Amino acid sequence: MKQPGSIEEHVVIRVTSKMLIPYIMIFGFYVIAHGEIGPGGGFQGGVILAAAYILYCLVFGVEAGSRALPRRAVEATMALGVLFYAGIGVLGMFRGAAFLDYRVLLSDPASAEPLGMTLVETGIGFTVAAVMITVFNMITEPTAVSGPENAPETGESKGSATS
Amino acid sequence: MDSLQVFEVLTAIDVLLLLLVVIVAAAVVSVPSLFSATMLAGIYSLLMALLWVSMAAMDVAFTEAAVGAGISTVLLLGTIAITGRNEKKHPDLHWPGLLAVTLTGAALIYGTVDMPSYGDPRGFHKDTRSGYANKVNLYTAPEYIAQTVPKVGEEIHTENQFHEHVPNLVTAVLASYRSFDTMFEAAVIFTAGAVMILLLRRREEGDSPSEEAMP
Repeated sequence: MKQPGSIEEHVVIRVTSKMLIPYIMIFGFYVIAHGEIGPGGGFQGGVILAAAYILYCLVFGVEAGSRALPRRAVEATMALGVLFYAGIGVLGMFRGAAFLDYRVLLSDPASAEPLGMTLVETGIGFTVAAVMITVFNMITEPTAVSGPENAPETGESKGSATS
Repeated sequence: MDSLQVFEVLTAIDVLLLLLVVIVAAAVVSVPSLFSATMLAGIYSLLMALLWVSMAAMDVAFTEAAVGAGISTVLLLGTIAITGRNEKKHPDLHWPGLLAVTLTGAALIYGTVDMPSYGDPRGFHKDTRSGYANKVNLYTAPEYIAQTVPKVGEEIHTENQFHEHVPNLVTAVLASYRSFDTMFEAAVIFTAGAVMILLLRRREEGDSPSEEAMP
């Protein structure tokens, strides 16, 4: 794994990413919320949100990232996004229409459609962001793949791999 | 600059981008350093994103840039950090692999023969042997376009017409017309994340006892 502390000494990287991360997150939320107007949507916006978190982890360390965003919360968000999507569909059923029929969400069908799309895109966005963050978390876990008994030796035992 | 010159310039850009895509793809499989291969794969995604922009497929370009050039590069780098920087020694040519790749590629190219020509609004392709006319762009697409992007001054005449509220046709198709598909796509992504957790999570202290403790 990368040495902790090496990248944290670079003041330029730390300050620049500290300034950039809020704007990346705002852009991610913008892309999720404006999928029906411009390019993008829940998937792309979710990936951008995950990129903001991954940038934070790369600069300030995985431990700081876990403190900022607990893993239990990320894993819960993963499921809640899909549940929110399906919940919008069930909400339409409660209001007397078919599953995932957005027209009944508001009294005006023409503005209820974009609302329904934005809501389901929000669900997709949270699921995608949480899954991408989970994949990153699992990969950066030091003993996740190679168990604790053979983790330190992998670099030296395969001398041909590093030469 | 008249329209013909603009068309020629755009074609030249497309040809240049496609050439670069082929060169980068060849470089990805030929370099021994996995770090270089990952960086080249990111460049490949960026070139593909430019091609999608050139084809006016902004949503696809957005996804390609965010996922291909962004997230997957980082995830591959993370994988390299826990495995190794160089690929293993392998024989120069793996014949079954080459055969499988060639057959799959040939099948895909054969499939494009039946596709309508790029930019054809009718999507018309007539098979000369069977006489079967393929009009893929005429089945549902005109209805989608009419409901989502009405002509100027046109009145709303169907109750599910989105009118000017949803200018992005791609989102209208994905999130409304094919909402059921998209819900299960989200479920597929959720399943992938759940499987990652099940396979790779380190057991924390204080968690439930492991399998070794079971009789």
